Amino acid sequence: MTTLTLDASTDPILERRRAIQDAAATSLGRRKISSKIAIGICWAFLAIAIVPLVAVIVYVVVKGLPAWNTDFFTQSTVPEGIPGGGVWNAIVGTAEIGFFATAVTVPIGLLCGLTLAESDGRIAAAVRFTADVMTGMPSITIGIFGYIAIVKTTGQYSGLAGAFAIGFIMLPVIMRAGETAIRGVPRDLSEAALALGARRATVARRVLVPAALPGITTGVLLAVARGLGETAPLLLTIFGNQYLQWNPTKPMEALPLVIYNNSSQPYANLLQIAWGAALLLMVVVLVLSVGSRVLAVFLQRERR
Amino acid sequence: MGAIFVGLVAWFIISMIVQARPAFSTLGFSWIIQKTWDPTHNKYGLLPFILGTVETTAIAMVLALPIGLGTALALAYLVPHRVRQGLSSAVELLAAVPSVVYGLWGLIVLAPLFREDVEPFLTSILGWTGLFNGPNEGVGLLLAGIILFVMVLPTMVAISRDVLAVVPSEQVEGAMALGATRWQVLRKVVVPGARTGILGAFTLATGRALGETVAVALVIGNSPYIAHSVKSTASTLPALIVNNFGEATGTELSALFGAGLVLLLIGITVNAVARVLVRSTARSGAASAAVA
Repeated sequence: MTTLTLDASTDPILERRRAIQDAAATSLGRRKISSKIAIGICWAFLAIAIVPLVAVIVYVVVKGLPAWNTDFFTQSTVPEGIPGGGVWNAIVGTAEIGFFATAVTVPIGLLCGLTLAESDGRIAAAVRFTADVMTGMPSITIGIFGYIAIVKTTGQYSGLAGAFAIGFIMLPVIMRAGETAIRGVPRDLSEAALALGARRATVARRVLVPAALPGITTGVLLAVARGLGETAPLLLTIFGNQYLQWNPTKPMEALPLVIYNNSSQPYANLLQIAWGAALLLMVVVLVLSVGSRVLAVFLQRERR
Repeated sequence: MGAIFVGLVAWFIISMIVQARPAFSTLGFSWIIQKTWDPTHNKYGLLPFILGTVETTAIAMVLALPIGLGTALALAYLVPHRVRQGLSSAVELLAAVPSVVYGLWGLIVLAPLFREDVEPFLTSILGWTGLFNGPNEGVGLLLAGIILFVMVLPTMVAISRDVLAVVPSEQVEGAMALGATRWQVLRKVVVPGARTGILGAFTLATGRALGETVAVALVIGNSPYIAHSVKSTASTLPALIVNNFGEATGTELSALFGAGLVLLLIGITVNAVARVLVRSTARSGAASAAVA
């Protein structure tokens, strides 16, 4: 055999190739049409997904903006049948609950994240997995826990019980975000610091945390955004309070509660306040979410 | 340090069990699957609420799987490069909109629309299935399912998009070079490559739908009976807890803790499965952390 046979009629491989080409050519029209249809359906699904999400935002803005007046931001909520009213007591409640939840959760969450970032053992893996599972836990169950742990023990509904529940929802999010951010710090940095004789605690405080700050900030702000929007846990822990209450050991009002309680009211002023509160809550949450990204980019740039 | 967190979780689970125990000791175990919830006659059957939870979640996920997957495919491969990042971030932001806002919108805007237009229309074309019997009330299983669908969509899309986008480009380009059409590439290469991650996203979204409380409580009508049609009012486990917690005492309160315990076990199972699935594919995604 010195010459290569290229006779398609006898060579089995070439014959097979031609059969495949023929099949591909004859099916091309059909394949093109079905591709067009399927891709069209994907586009249609994208449109279906966007419509309700845009509709929610548009409705909240259109219905909520008219509620924003001086009374809305300075007066407390009013009971059914009484005109006017605002959400000042709810703003105070949400701010205080958010503050206490964040103040306690951030240090604990970051220390947990730091520990997790430096351990790869089986126990660390179990803790990590537990944290991931907890982030998806139905928030009402955590509300029940807040009730059992704080309300039942102290014998009173309180802002702090709400902060406890919200903090417990935020904790695993902050832990995992902190861990991810700290793991992202280049090894050379911490090794250089260790080589210079720094203690592990010093390395953590002076090298790892500052270097991971953009990621940590994003994680914390996202966790706060999520915590502030939670409603169910608050219903079981802070109870609601139509008067202004600064004392966190007493029942308090909160923005999500106002929305929830007013939404099924037949009174126009209460419903309008619900829309106004929804807009306020949405703005706060979106500002925190967008702000976290912007801040992360800004911190990153400043370092260079 | 992790011990604090693990300790809290242990306290959480143990206290739920302890508080739910009286219900089990006075009612036995069968109360969980009994049909009647009637505290005045000391009946605390959870079956209507378990079914309501499953049914609303099923409606939501039947819609969320195809629509979420189609949207994720469009965002990852079809939308022009310039708007791709912007649209994807927008979807992730929507996951942060508080659920009570969706509930308010569903009750005030969608419920009247469903009562006057959507439900009569669906009854006229799908009435023969028997699923649409009864009056058009607006609130009910169907509306709750739709609201859940809208709520879990960002979760479903953001995570699926992440796992679809990391399918190796060599495989995609290889399929294209062989003459596959765009759809064939997506269908035969991209989706199978991301299968586990998509399943994980689906499971995570299911977990969110199962546990959602206030949005559902606002639009489902809260009736403690087993629904006979998708238009019926019904209730779910979280809605049951949040609606009755304020006034409950004694066995009823313990039964509500029991309902919470059932929800807790469902939550642990679904989320554990989801995490195992997502972790095995997704890169340590920022998006997954953001929407989780």
